[in-house]
Amino acid sequence: MPTESDVMVIGGGPAGLTAGIYLARAHLETLVVDSGAAGGQMILSSAIANYPGVPRITGRQLALAMRKQAESFGCRVESQAEIESLSLEGPVKEVTLAGEGAFTARAVVLAPGGRPRKLGIPSETAFEGRGISYCATCDGEFFTGEDIVVVGGGNSALEEAVALTRVARSVTIVHEFDRFQAQPWAVEEARKNPRIRFLLAQDVREFRGGDHLEEVVLASKRTGDETVLRARGAFLFIGYRPNTAFLDGLAALTARGEIVTDEALRTNVPGVFAAGDARQKRYRQITTAVADGTVAALGAVEYLTALERPVWPTWQASNVIELAPAMVVH
Amino acid sequence: MLETNLKHVETVQEFDTLLAENDKVMICCGRMGPMCLPVYDVMEKLEPKYAQVAFRDMDFDSPVARETIRRLPQVQSFGGLPFTVYFRDGKLMQATSSIQTKQQVTAILDQHLA
Repeated sequence: MPTESDVMVIGGGPAGLTAGIYLARAHLETLVVDSGAAGGQMILSSAIANYPGVPRITGRQLALAMRKQAESFGCRVESQAEIESLSLEGPVKEVTLAGEGAFTARAVVLAPGGRPRKLGIPSETAFEGRGISYCATCDGEFFTGEDIVVVGGGNSALEEAVALTRVARSVTIVHEFDRFQAQPWAVEEARKNPRIRFLLAQDVREFRGGDHLEEVVLASKRTGDETVLRARGAFLFIGYRPNTAFLDGLAALTARGEIVTDEALRTNVPGVFAAGDARQKRYRQITTAVADGTVAALGAVEYLTALERPVWPTWQASNVIELAPAMVVH
Repeated sequence: MLETNLKHVETVQEFDTLLAENDKVMICCGRMGPMCLPVYDVMEKLEPKYAQVAFRDMDFDSPVARETIRRLPQVQSFGGLPFTVYFRDGKLMQATSSIQTKQQVTAILDQHLA
């Protein structure tokens, strides 16, 4: 694999793949690297119905189509690429991938996306795949006829809770705040479902069980009183966090770890642009990621074009050409 | 049928032959779902680097899965797809439930199937 590119795109979700399409189509040597499977969070969607022009498609299908489109223009896409080191300063950017060596580029588009946020309590890891899940579509059927808990208060939590009532005996929605962040229609749909009950202003303290999850321990945020719920499953939908730990000290990040950009999606580092869910912004959708990828790629093209443009000579007396009268046009 | 670039195990006979003819075997039993796809992708990436290991996938809803992997005692407490199993000399060495990263899969391969 060639080790030099014009532009390297870090992240192969919709933002990164869109950037790859635009960059490769501009005849720039483009390498897209992703630490997981190309497609990013998009492949977590079993049905996408709000991507314009495509009435209904799975996340995997859309990811595959975007990847093929990028590759058809000559973009190289490397999945499962673990970044060992990264240097963004100076005119040549360098990334070292585990087992692959060093790769250089003159510009970089950062599109590392995000991943499901976890509670961060020790017992959570112990029961992942044994009762704790982050995907209702994938794992819901394992809890047929069981009592389960859904943790979270956004659209995903409430929509998935409703979906899980098709298999579970009961669903308890546990949320840390005393009101939901979800859209009113999602709250309404959950509230009118007789199999769903709500426990608000609760912290999840612990998951307990043997081979499999058996209990979820909660604590009231108001009183500190503990509640122990019998539950065979717990589905966590508590938002996403940006995959930007590797950028600490290399590019400006917000306190939440989001990449800071200007309107042209330039970061604080010359030649480094950012796009997608890892960027500081209000709405995180496939469509906004695609838009970001476009803007960042066009910015990178403009940046590289400016680098290659011959610099106009410094204006000095010796540069002045005396025009003969015949050359003067009135 | 799983749409991957891995070889599939589609019958019980294939499963038995696979274990009889290969010392080291990794099988990912799942669907074309969001937690399974990354594991198939990891396996496709690692397959050339671990030539001594037979990498296969198996449709979770197929009869062979019900007759083999889904019957293993070690997966009875599992609650997340895919079920990924690692065999050495026909003996189950490790089984994992739900999504796994390249680092997690590599660690198991290096520990049990190196």
